[in-house]
Amino acid sequence: MSLRIVVCVKYVPDATGDRHFADDLTLDRDDVDGLLSELDEYAVEQALQIAGEADDAEITVLTVGPEDAKDALRKALSMGADKAVHVEDDALHGTDVLGTSLVLAKAIEKTGYDLVICGMASTDGTMGVLPAILAERLGVPQVTLLSEVSVGGGQVKGRRDGDTASELLEASLPAVVSVTDQSGEARYPSFKGIMAAKKKPVQSFDLEDLDIEPGDVGLAGAWTAVDGATQRPARTAGTVVKDEGEGGKQLAAFLAERKFI
Amino acid sequence: MAEVLVYVDHVDGAVRKPTLELLTLARRLGEPVAVALGAGAGATAAVLAEHGAVKVLTADAPEFADYLVVPKVDALQAAYDAVSPAAVLLPSSAEAKEIAARLAVRIGSGLLTDAVDLEAGADGPVATQSVFAASFTTKTRVSRGTPVITVKPNSAPVEAAPAAGAVETLAVTFGERSTGTKIVSRSPRESTGRPELTEAAIVVSGGRGVNGAENFAVIEALADSLGAAVGASRAAVDAGWYPHANQVGQTGKSVSPQLYIASGISGAIQHRAGMQTSKTIVAINKDAEAPIFDLVDYGIVGDLFDVVPKLTEEVEARKG
Ligand SMILES: Cc1cc2nc3c(=O)[nH]c(=O)nc-3n(C[C@H](O)[C@H](O)[C@H](O)COP(=O)(O)OP(=O)(O)OC[C@H]3O[C@@H](n4cnc5c(N)ncnc54)[C@H](O)[C@@H]3O)c2cc1C
Ligand SMILES: Cc1cc2nc3c(=O)[nH]c(=O)nc-3n(C[C@H](O)[C@H](O)[C@H](O)COP(=O)(O)OP(=O)(O)OC[C@H]3O[C@@H](n4cnc5c(N)ncnc54)[C@H](O)[C@@H]3O)c2cc1C
Repeated sequence: MSLRIVVCVKYVPDATGDRHFADDLTLDRDDVDGLLSELDEYAVEQALQIAGEADDAEITVLTVGPEDAKDALRKALSMGADKAVHVEDDALHGTDVLGTSLVLAKAIEKTGYDLVICGMASTDGTMGVLPAILAERLGVPQVTLLSEVSVGGGQVKGRRDGDTASELLEASLPAVVSVTDQSGEARYPSFKGIMAAKKKPVQSFDLEDLDIEPGDVGLAGAWTAVDGATQRPARTAGTVVKDEGEGGKQLAAFLAERKFI
Repeated sequence: MAEVLVYVDHVDGAVRKPTLELLTLARRLGEPVAVALGAGAGATAAVLAEHGAVKVLTADAPEFADYLVVPKVDALQAAYDAVSPAAVLLPSSAEAKEIAARLAVRIGSGLLTDAVDLEAGADGPVATQSVFAASFTTKTRVSRGTPVITVKPNSAPVEAAPAAGAVETLAVTFGERSTGTKIVSRSPRESTGRPELTEAAIVVSGGRGVNGAENFAVIEALADSLGAAVGASRAAVDAGWYPHANQVGQTGKSVSPQLYIASGISGAIQHRAGMQTSKTIVAINKDAEAPIFDLVDYGIVGDLFDVVPKLTEEVEARKG
């Protein structure tokens, strides 16, 4: 039996660019380049490694996002995923995490899955909760925030490095996994991979295909509201001095003046 | 007065500071009812009462320690059903965020994570969030259901506000799915004796410029002279010079101390995402063009191996 892996990947604004909000207080996607969230590359990498260990596996990459989000899917396909699913609908503009997770869950069920792999957090919303919500919605175990993961014999095992302890986890498939940036460096797409990606299938779904009411997603259907967004004022330029041998002393004087010593 | 559920983060009964901060925020919204789960839950009551909890709901069962996250969601949901609160507040730890998220789905409510402030508003609590590596501040609200909000450490003062804090046992029925993810083993992190990174008032961090695991002793000595926690950049962590648990940044810990001292750190956007909200920022870097200098209140262009030991010496002398 083939192992069906679905990897959730997000198309995000480049963090090194000038990220902004649009007039309706949603993400301004026009002013800054988008890309595959770097933390989702680790999810694709682990999917490729797990598939490599399995007798027979198929990797589907899935995104919910605008037209341009296809770029994120292409990148994942060029790394080695087999096929892609893109959920796109004008009504999705402004969807929050409860809405996004609803759409992802429906798309995952429609695609069919034994294992869902996510990144630890997106690099824009950075909530870090979507994988747990997916597990809740799909009714399967969550095995999240793993720095090591392996799959075999119908089970997923992994290590979760928490605040106060490191835990070894184990669950039966189907399951939802998320992996951290400690799970292993992601590979670069090869030229061959990039060429092959162009021929791989990308299936598109809209809300109707997934039986989702437009009122349950988008800005209008959101469970949360953004009432204001203000740019943080640039920090007023501080004092920068060159160390001529007295740097340590000068710094101590500054810290004393601010009552830190 | 409306009741507000506060999820208690504790280790064997020792309540962690972010929970006490949550109680301060909860009192702005209503009467705090604390929910403490697992071994030592009962032992949390005194300190919670001292900081404003009118009631402390406790539950302990092997499920909390043996299975991941879901048993705690079942328990918090039981508390939610018992109290019908005006809001549910949790600390922004990785685990508590996941608990919050699953509870929000179950009760059909919106979710806000990583709030840095919280006020009562006409349409329910208004959260302040700091987004896009702290370059924007947003005001957000939950518009459907009972607000479920997680709050970052250091977002409010810890204030004494004695209340009854009557302890009640919470009856929890675990769902079929609560045993889905087994915790096979757990190795507690070794204590360094230094303050917890996210809670510390002062953080002293080292980066690639520290150039070796053994050289981190220079950073640690400064931290110890100031009673500070030690942080590291991802470059230093990836090189194996310092544990990942000490990484500051987007994929490490997010810190917001009174004072942040960065040595040999360039100030990449992903590092800034985790420390930019620090009140006072100091950097030591031998490259005058390093982007970290855009953020500093005080910067020294120089070799950290000259500056840091002298600073440590001076701090010790002034304490003298
Ligand atoms: C600055 C900002 C703040 C926000 N604050 C809130 C808020 O407080 N409450 C709220 O409800 N919503 C909020 N949102 C919206 C929320 O980020 C999106 O709905 C999002 O798709 C889900 O959250 P996340 O990306 O932060 O997920 P995370 O939980 O950080 O993402 C974890 C993983 O989930 C997967 N994933 C996430 N989104 C997608 C997607 N669209 N397609 C495929 N896979 C995906 C990826 O594998 C990712 O690595 C915010 C968005 C922004 C830009
Ligand atoms: C998805 C993603 C997530 C990431 N998450 C994080 C994160 O959580 N935290 C994080 O830190 N990074 C993170 N990064 C990495 C980040 O982009 C940078 O690579 C990293 O922060 C660089 O660390 P650094 O400043 O120590 O090293 P460098 O950028 O190499 O800077 C070293 C600095 O040390 C100075 N220096 C050298 N020798 C000395 C000396 N003797 N005295 C004084 N100064 C000296 C140099 O001038 C230089 O400025 C992430 C990257 C990605 C893509």
